[in-house]
Amino acid sequence: MSDSKNSASGVSEHTVSGASIMLEEVTKTYPGQKKSAVGGLTLEIPAGSIVMFVGPSGCGKTTTLKMINRLIEPTSGQIVINGEDVTTMNGDELRRRIGYVIQAGGLFPHMTVAANIAMVPKMLGWDKAKIAARVDELLELVSLDPELYRDRFPKELSGGQQQRVGVARALAADPPVLLMDEPFGAVDPITRQRLQDELLNIQSEVQKTIVCVTHDFDEAVKLGDWIAIFNEGAQLEQYDSPERILANPASEFVENFIGSGAGLKQLTLTRVNEVDLVDAITTTPGKRASDVLSQLQGAGRKLAVVLDSRGRPLRRLGRRQLSRMEIIEGTYDPGLPVVGEQATLNDALDTMLVASAEYALVTGRRDVFKGIITVQTVMEAIAAANSASDDHHEAPVGLNSGAINVVDIEVEPAERGGEPA
Amino acid sequence: MGDFIGERSRQILFASWQHFSLVAQCLILATFIAVLIAVLVYRNKALAGIANGVSAVGLTVPSFALIGLLIVPFGFGVTPAVIVVTFFAALPILRNAIVGLNNIEPTIVESARGIGMSRLKTLVSVEIPIAWPVILTGVRISAQMVMGVAAVVSYALGPGLGGFIFSGLSRLGGANALESVVVGVVGVVILALILDLILLGIGRLTTPRGIRV
Repeated sequence: MSDSKNSASGVSEHTVSGASIMLEEVTKTYPGQKKSAVGGLTLEIPAGSIVMFVGPSGCGKTTTLKMINRLIEPTSGQIVINGEDVTTMNGDELRRRIGYVIQAGGLFPHMTVAANIAMVPKMLGWDKAKIAARVDELLELVSLDPELYRDRFPKELSGGQQQRVGVARALAADPPVLLMDEPFGAVDPITRQRLQDELLNIQSEVQKTIVCVTHDFDEAVKLGDWIAIFNEGAQLEQYDSPERILANPASEFVENFIGSGAGLKQLTLTRVNEVDLVDAITTTPGKRASDVLSQLQGAGRKLAVVLDSRGRPLRRLGRRQLSRMEIIEGTYDPGLPVVGEQATLNDALDTMLVASAEYALVTGRRDVFKGIITVQTVMEAIAAANSASDDHHEAPVGLNSGAINVVDIEVEPAERGGEPA
Repeated sequence: MGDFIGERSRQILFASWQHFSLVAQCLILATFIAVLIAVLVYRNKALAGIANGVSAVGLTVPSFALIGLLIVPFGFGVTPAVIVVTFFAALPILRNAIVGLNNIEPTIVESARGIGMSRLKTLVSVEIPIAWPVILTGVRISAQMVMGVAAVVSYALGPGLGGFIFSGLSRLGGANALESVVVGVVGVVILALILDLILLGIGRLTTPRGIRV
């Protein structure tokens, strides 16, 4: 997916295709306001990493995000992307090179899913065949079947599906940078967890630079390589890795923001793919049930997992169910406890509790089945996590400069209507 | 009654066609003007308020009075007729266009700007298409209203079915006077129904499935 227009962005798949972002002494003062919404912020966002902006409502985190693609023009300071000062270039052209995802996707209701995704490539003048191929590729990437969803309208999708299309649209022209403004704020907790897992899976494929605003610290810990915690006026309280923020909060403000039970939050730090998974007996629809049953008995296992042609789990079968069956059925069980391999142990435990199961099925990229995680694994990991600590990397630069007046004057459309709890 | 229609069928059909054509053309013109004004004012609360006020007050102006005023500079004929019909047609469309554009969720506009659409492109590809069903409802209201206005306008010797109504009314009690009035009135009603059906069809064809209610 190389784009001749932005050779500076150096985009290619499966390697780091993100660009570094540098905010230099960026200030935003709204007309008629003496105090700055964002005061002299200098922030380095390393290429290919996920940086989470967290902080209380109205702290300037959204303003800061929107200054990166200049939806909000900074009053002073510079924005440098991959070494290029973009502070004065045409804003529309800049935004076509930066993916942008907002709460609930912000899809155009009068256009089909395909038309929504095709919007940016169209503006960039791609030819039709290339756009159509790209649309299908992206729908696959966000785990939506192109045949089924290409011609649907946004209102015919669930909230989670709309959000996925929003991500696909943002990735359409393969931009090096992706900005997300409370992307998962409008969906239910279970869908949110799945979308987070998927974002991490997608990120492992595309390696963009992702800047994401959230008010949920757990989400920040789960998704972020680096977390920037803001106080009012976009005062940077701490900018570091999740592990170190949890271990050494820089100030009382950060401590309060993290909340109590930071010990248990270690659960959010360990990911499913970092623990040992149990192999499972897998089978596909159409096989003879008795063969599978004898395989189970031979291996001393209790259940088999039925996979579809792409290796995605459809349902689980116990010995009793198998003995009642002749041929393995391929019906999908919506109650299946599934977590992504990038999910946290917290998510995995959650999924098990919701499904009242003592295990969960783990899936990797594009929902392919990887193995089984059990309650015991989670418990052992908690015990092990207490001793684990890694501090061998340097944190990126982030600081405020100058005398900064702090005030809460930011207008955030996404938060104006009451923040979701 | 049957004789009256039979003898003058060509005349009636011609007048009906002219009436319809006047209304249809003025409606298209009015839609362009109204949407243009709406686009210019909808972002500014004060201007949008003024535009809404004008459209509310404008509808209270008697069409007969307006045509009387316009005859002074423009004389009798088609010009004052077109101006009056377009003026009245534009008012409900303007109101609906402002409402339609203002009711678009801000997040949709924000995401359009966020993916790099210019102001103009956002307006043409996102805002107007989403507001279109509301605008079209305004066009349908206008169409019904100006069918009647167009009949009154015939007083200024504009084309249409109004001639039957006025000539009948002016010699009420005389031969065929009532028939003439009835033909004019019923003709206008039938034309209004036909136009409404056409607009309904246009609405179906131009509203994407995603925003149909």
